[in-house]
Amino acid sequence: VATSADAVLDALGDRTRRAILENLLAGPLAVGVLADQLPVSRPAVSQHLRVLKDAELVVESVAGTRRLYRINQVGLMAVRDYFDRFWETTLDNFAILAAAEAEADKRKPAPGRTTAKRRDRGRTDNK
Amino acid sequence: MSTESAAGVEVARSVSVPLSLPRTFELFTARMTEFWPKEHSVGSSEFAEVVVEPRPGGRWFERGVDGGECQWGSVAAWDPPRKVVLLWQIGADWKFDPDFETEVEVTFTDEGSGRTRVDLCHRNLERYGDATEQMRAIFDHPNGWTGTLDRFAELAKSHATQQD
Repeated sequence: VATSADAVLDALGDRTRRAILENLLAGPLAVGVLADQLPVSRPAVSQHLRVLKDAELVVESVAGTRRLYRINQVGLMAVRDYFDRFWETTLDNFAILAAAEAEADKRKPAPGRTTAKRRDRGRTDNK
Repeated sequence: MSTESAAGVEVARSVSVPLSLPRTFELFTARMTEFWPKEHSVGSSEFAEVVVEPRPGGRWFERGVDGGECQWGSVAAWDPPRKVVLLWQIGADWKFDPDFETEVEVTFTDEGSGRTRVDLCHRNLERYGDATEQMRAIFDHPNGWTGTLDRFAELAKSHATQQD
């Protein structure tokens, strides 16, 4: 994960760049097509694409004689990483709570809750 | 053509706990308040309670310390003590959106010797990619997803101290 959150935020801090990304959501596009779709010049689009590329938000690929730009999934990976860390923390919290419960059970067995062995020795439950 | 955007993005995590299958299920679903990270409140105030209504179609919500309720999602499958599927319906703009669904499937497996494994899978995360602008909200939100590691470190430390 080379991209820092700062680089991503800087890249997204520009309205034209966000517009470029939105246009790319539908699929890969060439610079010329993007320039036609937006109220900016072709060199300006190229400039913005360079910033987006540096932030790893878009990647370019060559298809025949054309150079196409498409959304990079790294941004999505940042979202993924957040959730991964979130669930790691939450499940760790859960494990700590469960361990405390198990510990409390050992210290103070609830009435009626016995081990299988003890139940075998005791009166038979009518099941 | 766009196989990439069609590909599912998910995270999976597992944990093993020293409790029976039914008790693990009960602890996870009925006492979420006690292990949900405190900073992960979606509402306007800190949460007092995290509630999963124990039935299919039930709501999954937080009740704030101010008494207000803020829905997070709903119960897609309720199959005690083995499985619960919750829908996390909070968009990256931190608002409940009934049309936005990501799925949190939690399965519980008896490992024997009084232990139970919890497998959690949060899928459909690619749906957050539909609006790049939303990513910003995740990073920027004051109650954002940072700081939970710090909290866990503290918890783990206090837990270790108790054991000494």
